[in-house]
Amino acid sequence: MKQSVSVRTAGNVVLALTIIFSVLPFLSMLSAALQPQGSMPEGIQFTAHPQWSNFVDAWNMADITPLLWSSTLLVIVVVPLVVLFSALGGYAFAQLKVPFGRLLYMLFIVGLTIPFETLVTPLYYEISGMGLLNTRLALMLPLIGLNLPFGIVWMRSCFEQMPRDLIEAASIDGAGHVRTFRSIQLPLALPAVSSLGILTFLATWNQFLLAVVLVNDPNKRTMAGALQAFVGQYQTDTVLLNAGALLIMAPTMLLFIILQRYFIRAMLAGSVKG
Amino acid sequence: MSNIQVDAGRLNPKATSKRHRTQAGGRASLALVSLLFLTPALLFYGVFELWPIIQTIWYSLYEWNGIDASTFVGLQNYVTVFTDPDLYGSILHSFILILFFSVIPIALGLVIAALIKEIKSKTASTFAQVCLFLPRVIPGAAAAVAWTWMLADKGTVNQMLRAIGLGDLAHVWLGDQSTALAAVGVIGFWLQLGFCIVLLLSGMGSIDQSLYEAASLDGAGWWRQLFSITIPGLRGQIGVCLTMTIVAALASFDVVYMSTQGGPGRSTMVPGVAVYRLAFTEQSVGLASALAVALMILVLLVVGPLQRLVNGKRG
Repeated sequence: MKQSVSVRTAGNVVLALTIIFSVLPFLSMLSAALQPQGSMPEGIQFTAHPQWSNFVDAWNMADITPLLWSSTLLVIVVVPLVVLFSALGGYAFAQLKVPFGRLLYMLFIVGLTIPFETLVTPLYYEISGMGLLNTRLALMLPLIGLNLPFGIVWMRSCFEQMPRDLIEAASIDGAGHVRTFRSIQLPLALPAVSSLGILTFLATWNQFLLAVVLVNDPNKRTMAGALQAFVGQYQTDTVLLNAGALLIMAPTMLLFIILQRYFIRAMLAGSVKG
Repeated sequence: MSNIQVDAGRLNPKATSKRHRTQAGGRASLALVSLLFLTPALLFYGVFELWPIIQTIWYSLYEWNGIDASTFVGLQNYVTVFTDPDLYGSILHSFILILFFSVIPIALGLVIAALIKEIKSKTASTFAQVCLFLPRVIPGAAAAVAWTWMLADKGTVNQMLRAIGLGDLAHVWLGDQSTALAAVGVIGFWLQLGFCIVLLLSGMGSIDQSLYEAASLDGAGWWRQLFSITIPGLRGQIGVCLTMTIVAALASFDVVYMSTQGGPGRSTMVPGVAVYRLAFTEQSVGLASALAVALMILVLLVVGPLQRLVNGKRG
């Protein structure tokens, strides 16, 4: 009994320390971002007069408005297409009969863990050959392709758990494959679809390497990619740099906090299946 | 369902033969439908992932500056990768990063998860989950920016050291050749720790509680229970954590590029940043590709056996 009390105390202390460790860098940035512009902040310090207006200046200097638009546009195109193509492909692997199915599926499995670092050089020349360098399509098209291996594996395992009688019943009804897919299977797969949407959103919004390599204009990049240009420009201005970086992180953090239940469920399940 | 069909067939031979015909036709058309369903995925995946993989391997056999004609050099680029200390050094660095991204967060995560699993408060656990997940939600590049400030000369880490009287230890952590790689490692540790804890915690829920009761009746202490019940029971989750964190350590471009760009000197150079530099600033596309292929093989070599650990547990 005595031991269990001491374990519980240790648990509370350790939990508190871990939480502090996780949020400390954010607090540290916030503290620096609220100091007067041009000052040299030091660590985390209390400010009697927090300069919230720094965020307005950083918003303008980091050009957040076009960035938000650019990232949003990217997500609006990439996420639905990845989800749709993955659902179609996963359905084919799980419930239909794909010729050479095992081989094709293995091809997708291989792509699951290939680091983007390996692909970025040939992608650069491929996109450049297509004449798409520095356009929005330069990011959209590869991101659709690169998110598919995970999507296919994810949706296949979801459709595989669906009861077989459902399709049999549907095919006796005379419902075509497309109709079975659209009106019976897809609605049942909705939780998996929404999780895939969240994971694809994160992977797209946070994409850095491809954005830096394929798009020169920071305003056509992802928000993460734009961070590189912003940091390069304001390296010496600790106050504005931190304010701008916080703004760039803010959209995902806000969305995560609002939809935390779904994010956490998706990320946990995603790691286990991926 | 099928029983009824068989019976109907026996009663009416005509219906059977007709069904045979439509089944053969059905099989062909089913294959066609399947392929149609798969086409968009195959197209995008083929063009933007499979083809680039093949291209990387192809480039790696040539010397090419990205503009002029290329010359075939066979495996020469691979020889360079494994003999040039700058290049194989970058691979060694990423092994050291595995310690920080993977081994330490998982080991510490196990102890922390085992300690906090008794905490029952619902609000506390929701709040804790949100905080522990935050590092995973933001872009890795942003994490690097946050930690560049934390680890700066006037940053929070040095401030805390000075506050507890260890000011002598204060450093420009990312700017000093002797500490930079470990400092990058700390960023990775921060990125991975919370997620590992939550994932391990989720697995602990499914361990049979009676095992613990039996063990404490036998007089097994907390540590003993951790090693003989908790860790074996979490093999699958540990496998998942290892896979994810090791891949993150090997593909750490975002974090390294935004915190040190591989410097000072080459003290934090990792394969990802080296590939980027070789391909886009030094115009050695062939050599960059050889290093990229080496990195890809390394990842596959690590992930393959780990996947067996994960699946072995599930089966």
